[in-house]
Amino acid sequence: MSHASTSPQFKANTRKALGDTQLQAALGHVRHRFIDKRAQAAARLPEFEALRDSARDIKDHVLAHLDLYLETYEANVTASGGKVHFARNAQEACDAIVGICQARGAKTVTKGKSMVSEEIGLNAAIEAAGMVPVETDLGEYIIQIRGETPSHIIAPAVHLTKEQVAADFRHTHRHLPAQRDLTAPESLLSEARGILREKFLAADVGITGANMLIAETGSSIIVTNEGNGDLTQILPKVHIVIASIEKIVPTLEDAAQILRVLARSATGQDMTVYTTLSTGPRRADDPDGPEEYHVVLVDNGRSAMLGSEFEEMLRCIRCGACMNHCPVYHAVGGHAYGWVYPGPMGAVLTPSLIGVDEAGHLPNASTFCGRCESVCPVRIPLPKLMRHWREREFERHLSPATIRAGLGLWAFFAKRPVLYRFSTTLGMRLLSIMGRAKGRFHWLPFTSGWTQSRDLPAPQGETFQAQWHRAQKAANAKPSVTS
Amino acid sequence: MKRTRLWATVLSFPISFYVLPPHEMTIVPAETKPKPRVGLFATCLVDLFRPSVGFAAVKLLEDAGCLVVVPSQTCCGQPAFNSGDRTTTRDLALQVMEAFKDCDYIVAPSGSCTGMMAKHYPELFLDDPDIANLANNFAAKCHELVSFLTDVLGVTTVAATFPRNVTYHDSCSGLRELNIQSQPRKLLASVEGLTLTEMKDSDVCCGFGGTFAVKYGDLSNAIVTEKTSQVLHSGAQVLLAGDLGCLMNMAGKLARQGKDIEVRHVAEVLAGMTQDAPIAAAPSDKGQRS
Repeated sequence: MSHASTSPQFKANTRKALGDTQLQAALGHVRHRFIDKRAQAAARLPEFEALRDSARDIKDHVLAHLDLYLETYEANVTASGGKVHFARNAQEACDAIVGICQARGAKTVTKGKSMVSEEIGLNAAIEAAGMVPVETDLGEYIIQIRGETPSHIIAPAVHLTKEQVAADFRHTHRHLPAQRDLTAPESLLSEARGILREKFLAADVGITGANMLIAETGSSIIVTNEGNGDLTQILPKVHIVIASIEKIVPTLEDAAQILRVLARSATGQDMTVYTTLSTGPRRADDPDGPEEYHVVLVDNGRSAMLGSEFEEMLRCIRCGACMNHCPVYHAVGGHAYGWVYPGPMGAVLTPSLIGVDEAGHLPNASTFCGRCESVCPVRIPLPKLMRHWREREFERHLSPATIRAGLGLWAFFAKRPVLYRFSTTLGMRLLSIMGRAKGRFHWLPFTSGWTQSRDLPAPQGETFQAQWHRAQKAANAKPSVTS
Repeated sequence: MKRTRLWATVLSFPISFYVLPPHEMTIVPAETKPKPRVGLFATCLVDLFRPSVGFAAVKLLEDAGCLVVVPSQTCCGQPAFNSGDRTTTRDLALQVMEAFKDCDYIVAPSGSCTGMMAKHYPELFLDDPDIANLANNFAAKCHELVSFLTDVLGVTTVAATFPRNVTYHDSCSGLRELNIQSQPRKLLASVEGLTLTEMKDSDVCCGFGGTFAVKYGDLSNAIVTEKTSQVLHSGAQVLLAGDLGCLMNMAGKLARQGKDIEVRHVAEVLAGMTQDAPIAAAPSDKGQRS
């Protein structure tokens, strides 16, 4: 039931993305906007670095005691009148949600933004059961009408230009006047708002994700900028929260700590426009709220990461800072990664969830520049974790045969310094003679990965070690000067 | 009997042993202080492709009062490490640690190789406490060339002249693993005639990434194209950096684009050794084109 992946075709995906001029134009905005805003937000808060440490520590503490906090959370959800459903995998999660919807005879299901719902392929499951899922986050709504998946975990339609969106709206909203002006982004927003307002009122069930689940109160928190989450969870008779198990934090105080780094890392806001807590169904004296409150807790591979070298990945709070700062993401966008989670966090998480056989390219397609780790609000050592995936691939002989052979040959020489010096002295001599005229090569055998797009600088001549040792020998051979 | 022996022992030490703090016990006059023995880890790229950077490093270290030695060496093991081959990485790390064991410091003209030795060697031997201890001690002695000059030796100026407009690229490992950012700029500011013009996004990756540049050539090309456009936009005549991998990548791209930007390792400029042709330029095209 999980989302199908095109991660094995990563190279073809990147070539397509690099040649897509509209995508490249849209990505131009990611390259600076998010980065500048995060930097300004971090600079405004003197304790930002200390808060990152404390956010990391909170998540580490939770992961070390996850069973305990899950039980506490479940007990408190139940006490507030809600029900917790544990789902081991995507199928169980979809079945649980579809089951709740069908029990109420639902026809329309509104949804707030939720990456785990993308991960389990929830919309397809709802449609297959004869109901209509409606994404209410503007970005998610846009990609839903386009039949696409999110290309970014907090800005799902960041790969599109506003002209593309205008064209999609004209194509989909045919009941509206054809001559209407959709050039300004505000006009697109107000059109979507008008359409979605009707859907909110018609919905039988509302599904939201959760940025955090609070064990001590049994509450869930969502942060949004559009307020669509509130309308999704308050208006229908049934509210379903879907979240993965590592979203738990012990207390409201802990949640507040994490909120202080979340929006700043994501969009550079001090806080998002809306921060919404929900705790159980409507109580007798509540003015509004759902009649039923369900939480579907999804494992789908996460408990297998606990105690492994990838456990630190479970600290992730899904801010998107890593992809916002990633040169690879900037070059090709999120769809090239081929599954739900793109960028550096996806390069670690995707192999954990769908297997490294399927997603083996992702942890390899990184320069290890380390910029992701330098901005991660919970200090996940993303390059180190990607390297661990490379180790698993190497152990299992999954890395390409040519690379393994090249590496093996290189290692053979590198482990034998005398042979290395002898052969490199000769080799570099030869190369420098061949490249002498221009100082560089336009082409050389076995270097096409490099030379297809740039020249290869030629060596200067004799190696450093050969020159150095010759000079040392000459100096030692000189008769000592006596006065 | 026992008491007498104890007193004899106590009295056998000079009075200074009891009144001076331990670090002042052996006072050696400054001029006779032995020179620090610095093992130059040239890095495989400098050794093979651009020995002039190695000689520039030797000059800078000797000018700063070091005794430079060059033990027989191949590679720090980073290509194996980043390809997931832990066994080869460990073998090479042990080989490097053995070759440089007599050095007070190990210095490399590269943030990337230094990062490997200083930050990652200890990770390799976590399951073997004895070697882990050796690796920790070794890692503490490893330094990148420019930051070694400024932060360890206290060098504040260099005696070099380079009357050009240069821009400086911050190579990722040096920047993010070793916090090298201000040090090269500080020393470049003391080069006579040199103007430093910062490019936008000087701290963004050039797309080299070792084997990444070959395995994902299309991606690497997209990233380096973005980088060279910032270099060109800065208006500088010369591009400098502290890592030969990044430099070969950027120089190779600028050459393919037909751009006349001189590309050099920062050590060449700091040492005043710019007589060799720039990276990816014809040997007839000597530096200092004015």
